[in-house]
Amino acid sequence: MSRTIGAVLRVAVLAALVAFLAAPARFAPLFAPLAPPGAPAIYDQGDLASLAAAHLAIVCCAALASTVVAVGLALFVTRGAGVQFLPLSRALVNFGQTFPPVAVLAIAVPLVGFGEKPTLIALFAYGLLPIFENTLAGIRACPPALLEAASGMGMNGRQRLLGVELPLAMPLILEGVQLSLAVNVGTATIGSTVAAKGLGEVIIAGLLSNNDAFILQGGLATGLMAVLLHEAVALLRRRIR
Amino acid sequence: MISIEGLSKRYGDLTVVDDVSFEVESRTIAVVVGTSGSGKSTLLRMINRLVEPSAGRVLIDGQDVAAEPPHLLRRRIGYAIQGHGLFPHRTVAQNIATVPRLLGWPEQRIGARVAELLELLQLDPGAFAGKYPHQLSGGQQQRVGVARALAGDPKVLLMDEPFGALDPIIRAKAQDELLAIQRRLGITVVLVTHDMDEAFKLGARVAVMSQGRLLQFDRPATLLTRPEDPFVARMTGISDRALKLLSLTSARDAAVADDGPGLGDAPQVAATASLREVLSELVWRGATRATVVDERGQACGSLAIADILAHGRAR
Repeated sequence: MSRTIGAVLRVAVLAALVAFLAAPARFAPLFAPLAPPGAPAIYDQGDLASLAAAHLAIVCCAALASTVVAVGLALFVTRGAGVQFLPLSRALVNFGQTFPPVAVLAIAVPLVGFGEKPTLIALFAYGLLPIFENTLAGIRACPPALLEAASGMGMNGRQRLLGVELPLAMPLILEGVQLSLAVNVGTATIGSTVAAKGLGEVIIAGLLSNNDAFILQGGLATGLMAVLLHEAVALLRRRIR
Repeated sequence: MISIEGLSKRYGDLTVVDDVSFEVESRTIAVVVGTSGSGKSTLLRMINRLVEPSAGRVLIDGQDVAAEPPHLLRRRIGYAIQGHGLFPHRTVAQNIATVPRLLGWPEQRIGARVAELLELLQLDPGAFAGKYPHQLSGGQQQRVGVARALAGDPKVLLMDEPFGALDPIIRAKAQDELLAIQRRLGITVVLVTHDMDEAFKLGARVAVMSQGRLLQFDRPATLLTRPEDPFVARMTGISDRALKLLSLTSARDAAVADDGPGLGDAPQVAATASLREVLSELVWRGATRATVVDERGQACGSLAIADILAHGRAR
């Protein structure tokens, strides 16, 4: 029962977001009361749908990079010679999380210029920690008896990793990816301060022109996208269980 | 044949297995028994090189196990452990198919082998192949564990407390099944347990270990009648050693052919029952003589209480 309600809710949220992005003008009456007199109610300096697409793309690219690096690092420090690198890896990943993304942007812009690149770097660093820690936890949670059974039957290290450890750790790894994605959808809005295309542009335009309607539509679209991405990965997690 | 020659394992100053040597005849079950910390599991794991020995060697049919890469060696040796170690994310069929897959068998042969093993362990392939381990009872999981260990058609099967997690009734059944399977497949089994009764029931030979050393490797009856070490006598149990001795002989082997007058109302006992069970039955019924009947219900001799007692006497 509660599952059906959840499914209906997810579809409704998706439909609302798609409808708004496809034809935002239709929603003008909703936002008009918030706009200053004479100002447009709907963001008119760019196409909302393409901004959302760019926003999604940058978040997904960063998450993909974070996943590859964080999972790779976690696997490296859980076997053989890599174990001694665990404290160092953990410090690095923690640093990525504690260092504010805005500060990363400030440092990255002089190095790689304005645009998508500094944003990607900031999101990548910010998203490492949950994936790394969850992968570590998932790998460590594999019962020793299972690993011994795997070795005892003649699996080599690679076969054990791909056949036993990774599949068993997968639900936890995906949980890390889920967290990282959802957090970065919000964080990506600051990319617009360094001229990366994204929904942050709408919010900043609203702040500059004192237009609450812009701020609300940018924020709403970002929030719904975060919820939907979170749910998409949750769906995937249930599939593999 | 498995030859264990001067096998030792040391971790720093700690000697876990200390110069152990014995030979397991082909197509028999050898049981290694000892208290926890006696080194029995470490000994077993040196046979398939999950633990590398500090000294000594293991030969299987004359071939040193150190001669080939460990993962290839292990695919030829069945391995079943306590708590079965089934992969929770794989179905019963996939679990059993593990070693055949590693060996690169064609898909059709793997499917046939999985079905064959499920039948052998009395699990209906239709009902069980697609189930996940958590959907099975403890006894069923244990059987799947044994099926998985046998899947690659190994000549040697290593078992580390395979029945440790089972309740007594299911355990006895699992032991009977193992004996039947071992006879049917003609495999060589080395089994580790802390349970002396299990060792006596399964082992053609039993190795008693304590503190890393092998105290005695003998037939169960010899361990009872001629223990070489006080610890062996303690392990086998002194207070009921006569009854234990009786439990090692089957009614069939002890039955006396008798063509005299019919025994009429003498209680009937199965040929597969142990003398201990026959004695218990006679005491219970207040009888002095039992008729032994085989699987087809045919009388194949009789057993008088005095015959039974003779089997339990110190030799």
